[in-house]
Amino acid sequence: MDPHLLKKLNAARRARQAVVLVTDLEDGRDRLAMIDDTVAGDLGAAILKAFATGKSGSVEAEGRRFFLNVHVPSPRMVIIGAVHISQALAPMAATAGFDVRVIDPRTAFASDERFEGIDLVADWPEDALKDRPIDAFTALVAVTHDPKIDDWPLISALNTGAFYVGALGSRKTHARRVERLQAEGVSDADLARIAAPIGLAIGAQSPAEIAVAILAQAISALRQADPSGGG
Amino acid sequence: MTQTSAEMPTDPLMIAERWMLDGREVALATVISTWGSAPRPVGSHLVIDETGNFEGSVSGGCVEGAVISEAADVIATGKPKMLEFGVADETAWRVGLSCGGKIEVYLERVG
Repeated sequence: MDPHLLKKLNAARRARQAVVLVTDLEDGRDRLAMIDDTVAGDLGAAILKAFATGKSGSVEAEGRRFFLNVHVPSPRMVIIGAVHISQALAPMAATAGFDVRVIDPRTAFASDERFEGIDLVADWPEDALKDRPIDAFTALVAVTHDPKIDDWPLISALNTGAFYVGALGSRKTHARRVERLQAEGVSDADLARIAAPIGLAIGAQSPAEIAVAILAQAISALRQADPSGGG
Repeated sequence: MTQTSAEMPTDPLMIAERWMLDGREVALATVISTWGSAPRPVGSHLVIDETGNFEGSVSGGCVEGAVISEAADVIATGKPKMLEFGVADETAWRVGLSCGGKIEVYLERVG
């Protein structure tokens, strides 16, 4: 492997960009393919498929064998609202491999005592997300019930193509939310992406049960195309 | 899928880059294919230096020893190698892919 290529690969990974390392297994030569690069022929098709499925593997193309190693950033979960549900959800999501941050400007909620060992920011989402904006590999979970806190990160998540966007609230609450976001110029297609009421329908009652329903729905959005989990 | 956690201190590709900058000779092993139950997914890395220090894994610890001993040769010659381990292979059975799977590991020099 070319040392310069290794540096470029690591730089892309640090910048949370999806990247495929293409290695020609016949002669050992390698190169990087970014998601919007165009590569001709069967190899190009295989690279596109690798990005789409996130699956690494070897392919035969142009009479040679190539190895495609897909590097996808680790998923993040941004939880808006340091509420009871979040106290259960944050450690569960971390266990499942999510890089978790909890945000709430209400300092009574966002106390270190309530969120020991969790990346907690007691600030408005606009400010708390400056150093790590929501991206396509982020799940956004908005659970404050307060439009002043929830709406901005919801819009930001929809605009940046976050793979999961969930918002707590009854159908009535959500209907009002939809009206507000429409007024902010959010498209109907984007509004339809919001999981609301939040979480898989498992009859969850306690905060911890609701956390399980939310986490399962986020994992489903990450691992399969249909975020409703088929149900 | 290789879920990148570039921030993790144990990330093999970050270690490979660091070792290289430190002037160490580095070989990189990658799981290319797996059959049956294999402990580490395709795309997993093991990084090895010229004195046999290593980080990462290509199996659950069963074949790492064999890969590390091949690495010295790959570092010396610069020629990549494809290594196969599996139940059908007497050597591999001895080094113990106990899960009964089969894996193909590509070993190359960095630089």
